[in-house]
Amino acid sequence: MTANSPSLVLDQRAQGPGFLRRLLGNISGAFGLLLVCIFLLVALLGAAGITPFPPDKQTPIDRLKPPDAPYLMGTDLFGRDVASRVMSGAANSLRVALVSVALSTLVGTALGVTAGFVGGWVDNTIMRVMDVFFAFPALLLALVVVTVLGPGLNNATLAIAIVYTPIFARVARGPVLSVKEMEFVLAARCLGKRPLGVLLMHVLPNTLAPLIVQVSLALSWALLTEAALSFLGLGTQPPAASWGVMLSESRGIAERAPWLMISPGIAIMLGVLGFNLLGDGLRDVLDPRMRR
Amino acid sequence: MLRFLSQRLIAFIPTLIGISILVFGAIRLVPGDIISATLGTEAGMLTQAQRASLERYYGLDKPPLEQYFVWMGEALQGNLGQSVRHGRPVTELIAEHFPLTLELALLAVIIALLVGVPFGLISAIRHNTWIDFAGRLFALIGLAVPNFLLGTLIIFALSVYFGILPNAGNYVDFTEDPLRNLQQLIFPAITLGFAFAASVMRMTRSSMLEVLGEDYVRTARSKGLRERTVITRHSLRNALIPVVTLVGIEMGYLLGGTFIIEQIFALPGIGRLLINAISQREYALVQGIVLFIAINFVIINLLVDLVYAAIDPRISYDG
Repeated sequence: MTANSPSLVLDQRAQGPGFLRRLLGNISGAFGLLLVCIFLLVALLGAAGITPFPPDKQTPIDRLKPPDAPYLMGTDLFGRDVASRVMSGAANSLRVALVSVALSTLVGTALGVTAGFVGGWVDNTIMRVMDVFFAFPALLLALVVVTVLGPGLNNATLAIAIVYTPIFARVARGPVLSVKEMEFVLAARCLGKRPLGVLLMHVLPNTLAPLIVQVSLALSWALLTEAALSFLGLGTQPPAASWGVMLSESRGIAERAPWLMISPGIAIMLGVLGFNLLGDGLRDVLDPRMRR
Repeated sequence: MLRFLSQRLIAFIPTLIGISILVFGAIRLVPGDIISATLGTEAGMLTQAQRASLERYYGLDKPPLEQYFVWMGEALQGNLGQSVRHGRPVTELIAEHFPLTLELALLAVIIALLVGVPFGLISAIRHNTWIDFAGRLFALIGLAVPNFLLGTLIIFALSVYFGILPNAGNYVDFTEDPLRNLQQLIFPAITLGFAFAASVMRMTRSSMLEVLGEDYVRTARSKGLRERTVITRHSLRNALIPVVTLVGIEMGYLLGGTFIIEQIFALPGIGRLLINAISQREYALVQGIVLFIAINFVIINLLVDLVYAAIDPRISYDG
């Protein structure tokens, strides 16, 4: 089915039980999945409040303590436990990344699939509007949206969702253009199925592969963008914990307390690395052309 | 080629109109009215007459569509409005701050090419050896380290271990003292170019691997040509075509993505001007800078398409 297709569509074998085995057999995929699982665990513990100390609890007597028991990653300028704040920051990052990517996937895919399936002026109108959004570098567009809506976690989430919607629209549209011309889709149409039914039952499931890969990569970009916006003071607002805010707060006192920079820095790096590697692994497993 | 050029130029016009509508509309979506947003608490002290007079001055008393056409007409004549806090035209401020951003982006591209292309080439030639793995590890880390983290680390390392403060705030223009200027920009450029170097390395490696597997390369080898000749004369040129595209696209991103680096290293470029304009709620300035960057981005993408068509003889846009 996919051999003659000009674009990436779902490989049937990817749906089988061997999918996870093949993903784990891929070095990038396995390592990425491991990092993502660790990130999810830390974020879920942070979200549930299961942290060594309350992340916002200030203990002035323990200000700027280097990493040692009981503060495994040290404390900050206000005597707050860095490890607890890293965990709470992971929860905030995960929330922003999941909600923004879910929103952009939903809206972007709906737009892209509709454009590709209906074609004509609908396709032209949707994709030209998406082109306008593509005319802005991603972080700049996020910055504009946050400027308009005001700083804050929810607005940063919406900004990231707006930035990535056109990407999902473009990624979803490509496979639809090729899938809709395939025999099984034509057969479904000939059998008198309604266009919406054909789209949902036959076209959409066959465009999932590139979307799955894109979701993983978008999650890593969302983590980065949230951290960047928070670093600039436009995302998560203090005293709430965010890796970007923690990094920004560490700048003035990094010479005295380098652990304030190292912990959130490593957390951002590993989070992004995890989703990037998982995306690469998924692409290898789901795209038959990539398989060597 | 001419047909392709004209098609692209025609497609360019609706995109530009779309950008202008988006930028104009976005600023009008700011909660409350622009006068209150710009003046903050001071807006509360305005009398009705003063507010009406300000609205007339900024053209806010007109219908939105008319406001857009007036703004667009002025913009086409190079007038992007007046900055309230700087007391100067927006275009003048952009012209003053943009050269630094452009220089920073160009330096970042040069660094990325100097690092990324040789690393990518060696990685491809020594495929699956320790050099290749080291190169791929570098690319992986390069893409995972955000530039604001790298910038913070570089400043930390420079100040703690070398006693240098690259962001002392006394920026010297290239025309005044080129050496001092380069000293000030080299670390920000490394920070900006690091992730890009990783992308260039990955692209060079994968493209070179693909080319080295082509039939004509096999033919060149079977003719008895030296490996060096096969690589430099037959493979490299074709392998670098996608890299050229990547450079073009990234150049656009770099021009619009320098604001964090400029903020960290205290460089008075257009990105820092934008961040300050946002925090000072200077909406005319924000609008002008965003419009300027977006148009630059679209023009660069257009140029990339043209260069791509020009350097790759296999590509024809006329058919």
